[in-house]
Amino acid sequence: MQELKTFPKGGVHPLGYKKLSCNEKIKNAPLPAEASIPMSQHIGKPAECIVKPGDEVREGMLIGRSQGFVSANIHSPIPGVVKEIKTYFLPNGIKTQAVVIELQGEFDRSGKGGKPSEWRKLDKKRLNEMIAENGIVGLGGATFPTHVKYMVKEGSSIDYLIINGVECEPFLTADHRLMLEKSDEILEGIEIVQKIVSAKEVLIGIEMNKPDAVQVIQERIHKKSLPFRVVPLQVKYPQGDEKMLIKALIDREVPSGGLPLDIGTVVSNVGTIFAVFEAVVYGKPLIERVVTVTGPAIARPANLKTRIGTKIADLIEECGGFKEPPQKLIVGGPMMGFALADPDLPVTKGVSGIIALDAKKSTVFRNLPCIRCARCVDACPWNLTPTVLYKFIEHGEYEEALARGLMDCKECGCCAYVCPSEIPLVQGFKLGKHMARKMKGK
Amino acid sequence: MKMDNPQGYLTTISPHLREGTRTPHIMWIVTLCLLPAAIWGVYIFGLGSLLVLTICIAASVATEFIINQLTGRKQTISDGSAVLTGLLIGFNLPPQLPLYIAVIASVFAIAIVKYAFGGLGSNWMNPALAGRVFVLFSFSGPMSTWLMPHTLPDAVSSATPLGAVKSGLQGVAVTFSNSAEALAQKLHELKGPMHFLATKGYPVSGFDQSLTDWLNSTFGLSIHKGYFDLFVGNMGGSIGEVSVLLLLLGTIYLFYRKIISWHIPVSYLGCFAFLVWIFGGLRFDQGLFSGDVLFHLFSGGIMLGSFYMATDMVTSPLTRKGMIIFGVGAGMLTYLIRFFGSLPEGVSLSIIIMNMAVPLIDRYTKPVIFGTTKKE
Repeated sequence: MQELKTFPKGGVHPLGYKKLSCNEKIKNAPLPAEASIPMSQHIGKPAECIVKPGDEVREGMLIGRSQGFVSANIHSPIPGVVKEIKTYFLPNGIKTQAVVIELQGEFDRSGKGGKPSEWRKLDKKRLNEMIAENGIVGLGGATFPTHVKYMVKEGSSIDYLIINGVECEPFLTADHRLMLEKSDEILEGIEIVQKIVSAKEVLIGIEMNKPDAVQVIQERIHKKSLPFRVVPLQVKYPQGDEKMLIKALIDREVPSGGLPLDIGTVVSNVGTIFAVFEAVVYGKPLIERVVTVTGPAIARPANLKTRIGTKIADLIEECGGFKEPPQKLIVGGPMMGFALADPDLPVTKGVSGIIALDAKKSTVFRNLPCIRCARCVDACPWNLTPTVLYKFIEHGEYEEALARGLMDCKECGCCAYVCPSEIPLVQGFKLGKHMARKMKGK
Repeated sequence: MKMDNPQGYLTTISPHLREGTRTPHIMWIVTLCLLPAAIWGVYIFGLGSLLVLTICIAASVATEFIINQLTGRKQTISDGSAVLTGLLIGFNLPPQLPLYIAVIASVFAIAIVKYAFGGLGSNWMNPALAGRVFVLFSFSGPMSTWLMPHTLPDAVSSATPLGAVKSGLQGVAVTFSNSAEALAQKLHELKGPMHFLATKGYPVSGFDQSLTDWLNSTFGLSIHKGYFDLFVGNMGGSIGEVSVLLLLLGTIYLFYRKIISWHIPVSYLGCFAFLVWIFGGLRFDQGLFSGDVLFHLFSGGIMLGSFYMATDMVTSPLTRKGMIIFGVGAGMLTYLIRFFGSLPEGVSLSIIIMNMAVPLIDRYTKPVIFGTTKKE
């Protein structure tokens, strides 16, 4: 057998825990009686709120308008009345304005399907506009506005369109289920994106802990005789990071501080591709997504198709609640996700999973002395020297830390994951970046 | 505005998973891997050596305990690093050493080398080796008085094989100091270290003799007798260094648990063996490429040094490239000290000198960051 591809240096192999939920079919989460829609669900400028308390909204109506180049539209996931506009912190620490909508009236969109658009007759500019109008952002977790990603500069060409079906974070299975259950839709979505970016080649990267997904996608591609290629990959975290995925698939390195576009590539997550399909073919804005609710403390782990704005607590309720008292709730994956304090916060566009850890799995870093074992150096896929970087940050030497590549840290967490002295390495780098930016601002 | 946390969930920053190995595990596993060699040392050198090992461990742990108490730090003795340091000091001492010297070595290692620089992880020199070298130069008499294993037949001399060869060669050089030609001829007759030891009456066990004879007669070889004694650990030497076999056994487990990587031991032993093979025969007037590699790998402390001391994480480089440079440097120094120095053995000194070069090595082996082409 041919050896599977992966990125060459670093990375870790955390236990997957995917069995908890990977055989659970995607089902609909209950509709929220009250949805809380943050205006800042993406990277870039928050959307401008265009409704006020008392306004009536329909399902899928624009309630937050994209402002600026890197920004995204926000739509109402349910029909109803705007109850209030409030401000709170999201789990990632971002303070945001949010529109609270009370459910009222009829769903004029869901369940009705509608007639597919004849997108093949449209030009690529119009297709990308449709993506922008419908507020599509990267659903792998980074939530970068998708239409910005697809804006290929005049004169430059794209060699590879890379579809990210890696899902390297432990526990998460949303993308896995999507690939199994919506393979045709995803393939049509890829055709749409391919029309926009006109890449020379289309690669779909899937880790080999999902052999069924590899098989299904391959079969469908064959049946439809599409010019796409599925590339099975070794299981290794953080292969789902777009820069690592590019390195693994085509052995090109995105320059430090650069974008995949700089080396002729566009990368999109399968979840995003599915959202693109729904937006372009059915004109549906991004008002729902698949969320994996799982973890050792969850009674019945599931993959739920969830309206944006649904309370996280309601999703947990839907999964039978907790089978034992959880010690920690995580939004996103366990390697890069955020610990949640308040389960009444809403699901946003970037929430790929809700994970409830029991006391046994919850980790507190004790910060023992570094013994220079160099495990962090070996584990860092970006080839940084985490232990040295951390010492600089500990001593407030941010200039020095920047010179040693602080900004090249993508916060994947491999260093802290392997550290036997339980030093909060990546945690320190997040702080260090913040401090360094603050210092530069002055 | 305050974030609500009504449920009291843990809200630490990601990652939320850890691999599981912890620093104390590493220390205790290394200690465990050293135990077979320790038991062998006590078996062949008698209970006196057990006393030396015990005193070293006790003194190290006590020193760490007292310093932690005096400076108001959290107690760290359960992390295993003091026990490991103590055990390694004992490994590097002669079996019948006066106990106060063992105590001095341990206190120096912990108080001066480890704690004066900030405790675990902050020392820039291997504490065990520094403690050993400190008493080696302070008490050179007792530190070079050796005991022969009771498993060997009675011997005229009691010395380590390396020591016997070095002093023997010095004796030959003095005897033939008036004629270079006669000296060369005499050296040529001595052939190599194993033959030389045999002519000096260095004892060989019955086990080695019969095994060597059997191999030579069955396969038509001409292996010199004595190698199996060196490999198994039937020779004079420091308590823990003698049994290559049992040290390698522990090493297998260290590799299995991924506590050490191959880079330092392989580059260290490789470089050393290579130099011995090329130039080692010269001092017996045998020409190039005739050195006795096995004799030099199996005698002295190079196995203990390369697998357990040079690989000490705190005092070795961070990158793979750095580790190889470190190993090659230590190999060259060990060769130079063993062949040209006044001491018979040079492993401790070589590693300590390379420890001092680690910051420099780290500085020049910074990894190239992803997405950049050259070092920052």
